[in-house]
Amino acid sequence: MARSDQKPRLGVWKFASCDGCQLTLLDCEDELLQVAGAVDIAYFPEATRGSVRGTYDLSLVEGSITTLHDAERIQDVRRRSRTLVTIGACATAGGIQALRNFADIDDFMAAVYAHPEYIETLSTSTPIADHVPVDFELRGCPISKQQLLEVLSAYLCGRRPVTPAHSVCLDCKLRGNVCVMVAHGTPCLGPMTHSGCNALCPSYNRGCYGCYGPKENPNAPALSERLDQLGMGRAERLRFYRTFNAWAGPFREESERHEP
Amino acid sequence: MDNVDDGSVITRQGLQCLLDALAQRGYTVVGPTVRDQAIVYEELARTDELPAGWTDEQDGGHYRLKRRSDEALFGYAVGPHSWKRFLHPPKVSLWQATRNGDELRFVPARDEPPRYAFIGVRACELAAISIQDRVLMGDEYADPHYRSRREQAFLVALNCSEAGGTCFCDSMNTGPDVKEGYDLVLTELLDGDNHLFLIRSGSEEGAEILAELPREPATEAHQAAATAVVEKTRSQMGRSMPQTAIPALLMDNLEHPRWDEVADRCLSCSNCTMVCPTCFCTTVEDTSDLEGVTAERSRRWDSCFTSDFSYIHGGSVRSSTRSRYRQWMTHKLATWVDQFGTSGCVGCGRCITWCPVGIDITEEVRAIHDDVSSRDKE
Repeated sequence: MARSDQKPRLGVWKFASCDGCQLTLLDCEDELLQVAGAVDIAYFPEATRGSVRGTYDLSLVEGSITTLHDAERIQDVRRRSRTLVTIGACATAGGIQALRNFADIDDFMAAVYAHPEYIETLSTSTPIADHVPVDFELRGCPISKQQLLEVLSAYLCGRRPVTPAHSVCLDCKLRGNVCVMVAHGTPCLGPMTHSGCNALCPSYNRGCYGCYGPKENPNAPALSERLDQLGMGRAERLRFYRTFNAWAGPFREESERHEP
Repeated sequence: MDNVDDGSVITRQGLQCLLDALAQRGYTVVGPTVRDQAIVYEELARTDELPAGWTDEQDGGHYRLKRRSDEALFGYAVGPHSWKRFLHPPKVSLWQATRNGDELRFVPARDEPPRYAFIGVRACELAAISIQDRVLMGDEYADPHYRSRREQAFLVALNCSEAGGTCFCDSMNTGPDVKEGYDLVLTELLDGDNHLFLIRSGSEEGAEILAELPREPATEAHQAAATAVVEKTRSQMGRSMPQTAIPALLMDNLEHPRWDEVADRCLSCSNCTMVCPTCFCTTVEDTSDLEGVTAERSRRWDSCFTSDFSYIHGGSVRSSTRSRYRQWMTHKLATWVDQFGTSGCVGCGRCITWCPVGIDITEEVRAIHDDVSSRDKE
């Protein structure tokens, strides 16, 4: 496949998020020149000056939708984007800020702001795919640099990215890790969490925190029963499921099952 | 070549001489050692890297190291690793392709594996290696990566002196005594301060190496002690597989409600298949670089518990956990026999211990077996 001389235009968009996933692109360091050689970075406020103009062949969207303004802006981004890829737990699941979805937003505003009447916000934080069609979702909090490069490389040659939906356990076993849950009794979300981090925490003898959200076909109730046997109480389990991917279906349902 | 001598005994120093002799012959010596609170297989050079004085407590979803009252070097059951890690590695690069203008060049990956010497290969593990030999190099379509590692490997086998809580090799007829397929075989003999290893050779190279070691001829008392070790181990099996025609039992009960019950507990996390010493499935992954100049194909372990595994055009054939568990167990215990002539299970118990929720393959067979037999009686 011969490539055209014209480089694809890349846009990097930020919604409600911490910027960590966009930073992953800048963290590419060694590969950054290659990225800049392969695509025309046309809009990336975190890195370069430039204004929104025309259409983008590939848009990377970070962050969740938490305001009416952003709910409208994502429609514009979608219209301007040939291919739209969401990056990170905020964009794919609503992020840590989706904890508001389980509570009353007015209570939060009253507790945090001296003048809550100045705050205009939605009562929920929702993933981009709830608002516009998304072509590909890259998971993680934050995303992995290798996986981001894989998504870009795959896009550039028109193939499907290799980002398997299997459990963190499979990656632990590929690495030869000793299972922290079986051998140490450490609570671990690995058996229901999507691959992507190369089993980072269990490789350092910590349980998985579920940064990459649910794997395909998870079985949270069975995992909860085991966590209970390991001595993790009901309230603790609720918090365990309710972190960066709190609003992702299987995590959300299991934490709701644990509500008092 | 059969056992070339009737046995000798060596001391712990003699065992060190064995490790040295193997290293001198260019082998990469791999054996059990303690890491991250478990006994794993890693490269080692000295006997003091072996898990002296350690044993393990194993049950469904449970593994803990415990101290022994003696300084046994092999006083534990199998751990989370198997020799599959070395003979059929988790990841292998297959080829690279590079593009130069219109020209595309494919270059097979260089695969120059070390010559491995494995220390302490138990009977169930020899059985597992023999099963993978059949699967991966037993017919005209041999896997070159497996074969290049396997054909050069030197196996120091071990008669088991300790059965774990999830062991059931006795009921699978694979152990605990070593029968064939080794270069040297050890039996650890502990009698107070007298710490010896009965050693026999099972190959020409094994006999050559044995001849280099400082040793004493084994006495009848040593032979009797070694027999007693194995018989004690046989009596300690933590689990047993029901003695019945398992292939027919499973294939006649593909719609048994027990499959739904196990699916309620199963996490489809794939741990059982990863730790199984005979599970051999892999997938291939392609990567390309940003410039579109080089591409690489690699192979890694995969599992019948993932949806990608059974993905064909249009979707995954086995989307439910029930269908995945049933596929795994019926293949392991039933269709494996049709395909390769033996059961795919060697009774090592790893799938039970390392299942995070402790699903027990022997209990699953027993549940269907007991239910069917009780209905037959009615």
